[in-house]
Amino acid sequence: MTAGGVAAVSIRHVTAGYGDRVALADVDLEIATGSLLAVIGPNGSGKSTLLKTIAGLLEPFSGTVEVFGGPARASAKRIAYVPQAELVDWAFPVTVGDVVMMGRVPLIGLGRSPGRADHEAVGAALETVRMTDERDRQVGALSGGQRRRVFLAKALAAKPDLYLLDEPVTGVDITTQEDLMRILEAESDAGRTVVATTHDLASAAQHFHQAAFVNGRIVAFGAADLVMDPALLTATYGGHVIVLPAGDRTIIDDAHHHDQPPGGERHFHDGAG
Amino acid sequence: MLDLLLDPMTYGFMQRGLVAAILVGIVCAVMGAFVVLRGLAFIGDAVSHAAFPGLVIAFLLGIPLYIGGAIAAVGTALAIGAVARRGALRFDTAVGVLFAGMFAFGIVLFSTIEGYVTDLFSYLLGNVLGISFADIIQIAVLGGIVLLVVGLLRKELLYASFDPAGAAASGLPVVMLDYLLLGLVGVTIVVSIQAVGIIMVVAMLVTPAATGQLLVDKFWDLVKIAIAVAIVSAISGLYLSFYLNVASGASIVLVETLFFALALLFSPKSGWISQRRGVRAAAMGTTEGE
Repeated sequence: MTAGGVAAVSIRHVTAGYGDRVALADVDLEIATGSLLAVIGPNGSGKSTLLKTIAGLLEPFSGTVEVFGGPARASAKRIAYVPQAELVDWAFPVTVGDVVMMGRVPLIGLGRSPGRADHEAVGAALETVRMTDERDRQVGALSGGQRRRVFLAKALAAKPDLYLLDEPVTGVDITTQEDLMRILEAESDAGRTVVATTHDLASAAQHFHQAAFVNGRIVAFGAADLVMDPALLTATYGGHVIVLPAGDRTIIDDAHHHDQPPGGERHFHDGAG
Repeated sequence: MLDLLLDPMTYGFMQRGLVAAILVGIVCAVMGAFVVLRGLAFIGDAVSHAAFPGLVIAFLLGIPLYIGGAIAAVGTALAIGAVARRGALRFDTAVGVLFAGMFAFGIVLFSTIEGYVTDLFSYLLGNVLGISFADIIQIAVLGGIVLLVVGLLRKELLYASFDPAGAAASGLPVVMLDYLLLGLVGVTIVVSIQAVGIIMVVAMLVTPAATGQLLVDKFWDLVKIAIAVAIVSAISGLYLSFYLNVASGASIVLVETLFFALALLFSPKSGWISQRRGVRAAAMGTTEGE
C-alpha cells in the first residue's frame, strides 16, 4: 500500500446491480495506486459488476465510488476498460490496427485524424502484445488468444493509469496467458493500477500481487497467495472447489456461465453496458 | 449507343431525378453502414413508416410536407431509443407496435382526404422523377448536414458502435452518440422518402452496406463500396425505368438487390460459390475458434 497518496480506487458502502436485482452488496474496497489486483469469484458473483461500477458504466444503488480521488467520469481518459470477449461483435469490419487506434480516440479529439503520436502509440502497443504482423487483419479472423492481445493493445495505446480488465486471460493458451500477465506486471511496476477478473486461481496466485474474493460481497481482500487458502476458497465458491493435497492445483467446477445481467445479449440498446 | 445514354437526359425531370437519386444514394449508403453494423435495419423500416402520419398532417395543415415527415421520423427514432433503454418489452416487439400504430394512424388520416392526392401517394412508393429543383436543394442541404456530422464524429461513432462499454468508460458520451445516430437515421429517411418511398427506403439504407460487408473487412472500405453500389444503382436504375417505363424507385432498389445477390454468390471473402470451391479457407487463413 502506498502511504499518503490518493488511492486509485476507493469504494465505500457500494451496493450495485441491474434493475431490481442486487449483484453486489455493501462493498468497501480501497485499491492502492500501482496495485495488480485479481478479482476472484464464481460466475454471477458480481466480479463484472464491480469492474463496471469502478469504470462508471454502472451507477451504484447506494454508496460512493472514487477513482483517483474523484468521480470516475472526471478521470475517464485515464481509465481503460476491456469487456469480456464474449460481449464483442467480432464480425464487425475493423482490423487489428483500427481496434488499437480506438484506444486513442478520446485523446485525439473531435473531428481530428490520428496524428504521429497516435500512430506511434498504436505501433508500440502492437509491438508489446506481439501483434505487429497482424495489423491489417480483420478481428474476426483472429484466434481467441490473439483477440485478447488486441484488446490489451487497445488499452495500452490509451496509456491509462487504471486498467479494468474483465477476464483478460480466460480461455487462452498458456503462452498468451504468460505474455499478457507479464505485460500487466510491467504496467503495475511502472506505477499503473491493474484490476482484472479471473477464473484462473493458479495464475492469480502466481502473477497478481493482491486478490479480492467476491461473492455478492467482498469475502476477503489481501495478498494474492490467499487464493491457495482452502477455507477462503470454500467461503467464496461454496462447495464447488476441490483443493488437491499438493496445493498446486485448484479446480473449480464452474466455468461456463457469465455474470451478466439477464437478457444481456449485445444489442443496440445495451450500448452503454 | 451514345444516344441511348444521352437521350433521356434531354428531359429536365430525368436530370433532376438522377441528381436526387445519386445524392440520396450516397447519404443512405453512409448511414446504412452504421444501420447494418448496429442491427438497426428494422428501426429504419419503422422510422420510415412512422413518417407517414407526419406527412399527412403537414398536408392537411398546409405546411411543407418534409417538415411534418421530419418531426414524425426523428421523433419516432428517438422514442425508439428511449423505449430501448427502459427494456420492459422485447425491443423488436416495442418497435413493431409503435411503427404499425403510427402507420395506421397515417392511413386513417389519409383516407379522410377527399379525392386523389398525388403528392402523398408519391411518398408511399416514391417518385424520383417528380422531384423539383427545390427538393434537390433540400436533399443536398439535409444530406450534407448528415454527412458532415458523421464525418466529424467518424472515430467516435465507430468506437461507440464496436465497443460501447470501452468507449463509455474512456469518457465518450455513448448514450448521446446513440441518440445522435438514431436522429441522423431519421433525417436520412425523410430526405430519401420522396425519392424512393416509405416502403423501399430501408432497402436504400441496408442493401448497399450489406453488399459492402460481404466484400471487405474494413469499415471505411465498406462505406466506399456502399457508396459505389448506390451511385451505380441510381444511374442504371433510372435508365432502366426510363426505357422499360417502370417505377423509378423500385428499379433503383432492384439494381442494388442484384449487386447484393452477386456479392452473396461471388464474394472472394464469403461468397457461396467461392466458398464451395474452397477459396474461403485460403483467403481467410485461420478462422473462428476459441
